Amino acid sequence: MFLLTAKTWPESIQYNYPLQNTIAAVVFLAIVYFVYNSVKNERGRDIWRYIFRRKLAAISFFILCFFVMVGIADSFKWRDPLLDETGNISKDLRGEIIYQNDALSILDRVCTGIRTNNEKTYSAPVSDHQFTKDLIQNEKGESVWRQEKLNYPGRHVLGTDVVGRDVLYICLKGIRTALIIGGFTTMISIPIALVLGIIAGYFGRWPDVSVQFVYSTIGSIPFVLIAAAYILIQGASIFNLCLIMGITGWTSLCRLLRGETLKTRELDYVQGAIALGSGRIRILFRHIVPNIFHLVLITSVLGFSHLVLAEAVLSYLKIGVGQSTYSWGNMINQANLELAREPIVWWNLLGAFIFMMALVLPVNLFGDTLRDALDPKMRGQK
Amino acid sequence: MNIFSFTFRRVLYFLPVILLVNLLTFFLFFVLNPPDMMAKKILGDKNVTPEAIEKWKRDHSYHLPRVFNSEEQGFSKITQTIFVQKSARLLKFDFGKSDRNNLDIGKEIRHRMVPSLTITVPMLFLSLIVCISTALIVAFYRATYVDLWALVLCVFMMSISMLFYIIGGQFIFGKLLKLFPISGYESGIYSWKFVFLPVVVGVISGIGASVRFYRTIFLEEINKDYIRTARSKGVSERVILFKHCLKNAMIPLLTNIVMSIPFLFMGSFLLEIFFGIPGLGNFTIEAIDSQDFAIVRSMVFLGSLLYIVGLILTDISYTLVDPRIRFK
Amino acid sequence: MLFGQTSCTPNHPYPKSERAQPIFYSVYTEPPKHLDPAISYSSDEYAFLELVYEPPFQYHFLKRPYELEPLTATNIPVAEYYDDEGRLLSADVDMEQVEKVVYTIKIKEGIKYQNHPCFVKTEWPDEILNGVDRITDFHEVATRELKAIDYVNQIKRLADSRLPCPILPIMAKYIDGLDTFAGALVKDLEAERRRRSEEQGAAYNREQDERVNPIHLDLNAQPFPGVKLIDDYTYQIILKRPYPQILYWLAMPFFAPMPQEAIDFFEQGILRDKGITIDRYPLGTGPYRIEKYDPNLEYVFVANENFHDEYYPSTGEEGDREKGLLVDAGKKLPFLDKIIFKKEKESIPLWNKFLQGYYDTSGISKDSFGQAIQISTHGNVEASEFLKDRNISLLTSVSPSTMYVAFNMSDPVVGGYTEEQRNLRQAFSIAIDMEEYIQIFANGRGTSSQSPLPPGIFGYEKGKAGMNPVAYYWDEKSQNAKRREIDEARKLLAEAGYPNGKYKDGRPLEITFVNSWYSPALGPRIIWFEKQFKKLGVVMKNETSDYNRFREKIDQGSYQFTMWGWNADYPDPENFLFLLYGPNSREKYKGENTSNYDNPEFNRLFKKMETMPSGPERLEIIRKMKNILHKDSPWVGGLNPVAYGLFHEWYSNAKPNAMYRGALKFKRVDHVLREKKRKEWNQPRFWPVVLVVILLGLGTVPAIITIRRRGKATA
Repeated sequence: MFLLTAKTWPESIQYNYPLQNTIAAVVFLAIVYFVYNSVKNERGRDIWRYIFRRKLAAISFFILCFFVMVGIADSFKWRDPLLDETGNISKDLRGEIIYQNDALSILDRVCTGIRTNNEKTYSAPVSDHQFTKDLIQNEKGESVWRQEKLNYPGRHVLGTDVVGRDVLYICLKGIRTALIIGGFTTMISIPIALVLGIIAGYFGRWPDVSVQFVYSTIGSIPFVLIAAAYILIQGASIFNLCLIMGITGWTSLCRLLRGETLKTRELDYVQGAIALGSGRIRILFRHIVPNIFHLVLITSVLGFSHLVLAEAVLSYLKIGVGQSTYSWGNMINQANLELAREPIVWWNLLGAFIFMMALVLPVNLFGDTLRDALDPKMRGQK
Repeated sequence: MNIFSFTFRRVLYFLPVILLVNLLTFFLFFVLNPPDMMAKKILGDKNVTPEAIEKWKRDHSYHLPRVFNSEEQGFSKITQTIFVQKSARLLKFDFGKSDRNNLDIGKEIRHRMVPSLTITVPMLFLSLIVCISTALIVAFYRATYVDLWALVLCVFMMSISMLFYIIGGQFIFGKLLKLFPISGYESGIYSWKFVFLPVVVGVISGIGASVRFYRTIFLEEINKDYIRTARSKGVSERVILFKHCLKNAMIPLLTNIVMSIPFLFMGSFLLEIFFGIPGLGNFTIEAIDSQDFAIVRSMVFLGSLLYIVGLILTDISYTLVDPRIRFK
Repeated sequence: MLFGQTSCTPNHPYPKSERAQPIFYSVYTEPPKHLDPAISYSSDEYAFLELVYEPPFQYHFLKRPYELEPLTATNIPVAEYYDDEGRLLSADVDMEQVEKVVYTIKIKEGIKYQNHPCFVKTEWPDEILNGVDRITDFHEVATRELKAIDYVNQIKRLADSRLPCPILPIMAKYIDGLDTFAGALVKDLEAERRRRSEEQGAAYNREQDERVNPIHLDLNAQPFPGVKLIDDYTYQIILKRPYPQILYWLAMPFFAPMPQEAIDFFEQGILRDKGITIDRYPLGTGPYRIEKYDPNLEYVFVANENFHDEYYPSTGEEGDREKGLLVDAGKKLPFLDKIIFKKEKESIPLWNKFLQGYYDTSGISKDSFGQAIQISTHGNVEASEFLKDRNISLLTSVSPSTMYVAFNMSDPVVGGYTEEQRNLRQAFSIAIDMEEYIQIFANGRGTSSQSPLPPGIFGYEKGKAGMNPVAYYWDEKSQNAKRREIDEARKLLAEAGYPNGKYKDGRPLEITFVNSWYSPALGPRIIWFEKQFKKLGVVMKNETSDYNRFREKIDQGSYQFTMWGWNADYPDPENFLFLLYGPNSREKYKGENTSNYDNPEFNRLFKKMETMPSGPERLEIIRKMKNILHKDSPWVGGLNPVAYGLFHEWYSNAKPNAMYRGALKFKRVDHVLREKKRKEWNQPRFWPVVLVVILLGLGTVPAIITIRRRGKATA
């Protein structure tokens, strides 16, 4: 089958490190530009001032900044040359440098300590013994069950997983996955929902019917089926997952926005504006969008949180980000079996949970404050 | 325009959707599982010869072309195809039999629907009551420490995966307190003791996100001009919150509720798997997993129908809540 | 009234009526796909089928190694060999001369079927059929005696292409005339279908048509020389060539009796339309009969009133008497009144319910090797303290199955038979540390395999004699096989032409691992494999795809290495060594030889070994074959899973029998003790709930007060 042999585009991205670095750089610059832009004008500065006056929001902002920094540091990666036995850079017959198979990101290089201190299997946080007992032959040649000493006793703050990797490192690597899944997907689905929802609700008639047609078609095919088919063709990767979740995920928000727009359009002052002969576009942006923007914002925030969390359930259905990607969802699903052990292995779950909370809580706190900051009516109240 | 002709026209609008969904599912599924692979999966791992696969396909009519049979004559060119033989008859609500073990799908759906509904319906109402009242309280205390802690608690509750609510619920109520069976199901009057735990777990796991959502809606209403007017006229905060605010927040609330109608019927697959409830929830998932096209197409068909019913109901309910929205 | 049922143990998942009965509770994760003995081919399904169907032979419940004994037959038949002129040959004749093999099977007289409506009449009036939902809805039932023709019928049914029978291709190789018979049946079927298609024209929908109007195939219309009915209680099976393993097949439900009445009865259109088929409602002479079929919830089997006299065995393996396995010797079977299989998909609820005493045993037999661990105990072979407190005992048994890491022998890099290519695989067989794999991923529940033959199969040898000398050395001090040091693997790798895991030009060697391990629980295993290759400096690339694509890659032979498993059909070395027999190659002939191994010498020895009786001569050949395998290393390691089963003290006669899944007729449950223990362990605690409710109630008071106050303040 041709689908099997064809190199799919996300795969070509996966191993194209310069391209990945370029994307990461663009994203980084875009964030910097956006922040710079928002500080430039008076209204923007006002909003920032409002946010920083609130302690919690400010803390949230810095935590988020930290997460974003980690995510970006994890996105810049390159391959080191392969060294031969004597420590020289190995070259092939044509004299070209041979690179190592895996590329390391900035984060990997910073975390070399916890990246390479692998054990054999489970060990509890800060323990100096392996968690499970091994059948060891002692000096007399008898077989005894014993907990072996670790290679790096006391160095695993969050313990190690089933194949002995440091859980803290896996958690840190999961940040990038979570940010991409939450951010990228929201960036795809929200604009679609916003545009189509408003068009359907405001213009009615055939635009309404056709938008409803599209979203009822997409909405009524089980997501699992669409996602499974798409991922089968394009391969299980984080970009694919985002894309398919983005393309299918806008329907419910779209319905909501359509309903709101329907309602807002009938409000007296909007009807008044129409009667006064204001332009349609003008009415849209002056009256409709501001009135439904709170819904968009809360849905984005909730959606972002939901996506970060949903990844776990999707992995359960075998349409997650794939085995090879570090993600909190994968950790949680492995924990499902670990909880059935006796005694239970809890640190994997704990690690994923702490990091998830640490991301989702600031997003929510910051999102709330941002919403208040953007809404002039709210601000007056406090 | 009255409500009946409105509904009728809506139904007409949505007929093509059902057809399209049917066709799309058909193609999507065959991308996922070409008949050869279905045969392999169903025949098992051992001793599967190419002849056996061919035989299975012939016997289940999967050897036919998908939508157009050029070998046949006349009208048979269309009818002797997989699509017409298998998918088209869904329109008559004839679901046929499952590929994997010849279950009568229609009967199966009817049987499985009941346990699903006994869980989802109480779950919907309970969570509506709990979440809306909590959200109202939180909105009432907006911008105080109650609000902040409610937010932290909500996020905390959202961050826990459904899986662990279930495991935790079973652990606490089943294993520690020994009040309810850990899993199982019994039809009839005693089903309540099997249903209780999944319902509670389902409600609790949904609190975090729902309270956050409803709170935003209420806050939005609270800041509307008419509320300010009412407040300045001296209407009590309680009346404002519970009467005006709740009433005007009805549209997003209703959309949300009606949107969950298909899910009521389709059940919650995680709950059903873990609590051993023989519902519809894991029917589709299991069918996709075991590549049973017959079940998948029936469930998708049913799902799209319910979804569309939900859409029409939403539109009708909008007009009932807010008469200014006209039937168009 | 509602609370009446929940009086003292509210978490009791079973209705009160069931509590005071010797009912055995078992579980299944996936409902069985088929219960038709001609189709079903998985050990999970056999747990159900073997309760109902009785093939002529069965495995002895206690004896090890596994031994066949007659069930409905009077004795185990001896093969009669004939040459091409029909002369009877002596048993020790050269197998090349044999042209025909005859097995004569005589069955016991007086065995009766379960009560079933099909024995009353095979065509019921429509008004009765319309009012029927289950097989138990028929009020009139009857029985009849088991006859040899029922066995003949079933063998003919195996050729019905509508079923389809999974072992037909194998059987067609041996049973005389089976393939032509099957072909003739297909022709009959096609002719009938064509007739119907022409009659109905474009509107013809075959599936729907045959649902209400099943095609009746006359199994006796076509000649079939492979089986012969001698008299009411005797029939013969005629083979084209010697195949002693046929006796093992005759102990499987494929060869259980099927009365013609049942076939006709279930072909009534109305019944078929309602889904009442043989595939769901098995009927036979066995100790149980099906009472409830509800795949989403439970299957219920009750004792068969007409079950013939069968007694608990009075001899067993050494040590069985001490273990109390012979207490019931000579008593009439079965002991359990009812067996209920409950659906339990997830392992955590199952484990908890087992601990509460609501399941009698834990541990599920699974066909899939992917999830070797369902429930882990202590990482330890003996039951933990907690389990001992509850008098839960542990049973371990080596299952006759093997899981192996297979290299694709037709791959240019890892395959091939040159010295270098052998060295490469030998290096890998040292580096891939299966002992560690078993410890990490199977909690030590398994033994690393030294050859394709698992313990308990003829030809398996313990200790030094059975060791794989390529990957292990014999440690005299501990009297154990020890894995060779990694340096030896590095040396072999260098000899293979990849010093330090690199090609001559310095590029690292890359090996691709093909798997379908999508589930996150299996992810760490891939990382583990990566680590093993890293030890040699070799880069492992991972290719995870869904099961379909994975199968496709294996079937086409386009892979480098993978992990695969095999579950024995019968306890004979032939059933394992044929996995490496050249003409069974997956790539070329779609056989079971997934690594496409093809060594002429091995093939020759296999042909010779195949039909031999188990004796010293056979062992000698098997040793030779194993040596060839060690040298070629097409499989570079594997494990033989050990099944762990836990059971409560009220469950007796627990002896695992991997060949005989329906051995429940030998089991016993002390339900009085069980109910007592359940009560003791499941005393409810109400006070925390009361406390929480009170606290919540108190919590709302300040809220209400403030709302009131604020309301008044603004008013």
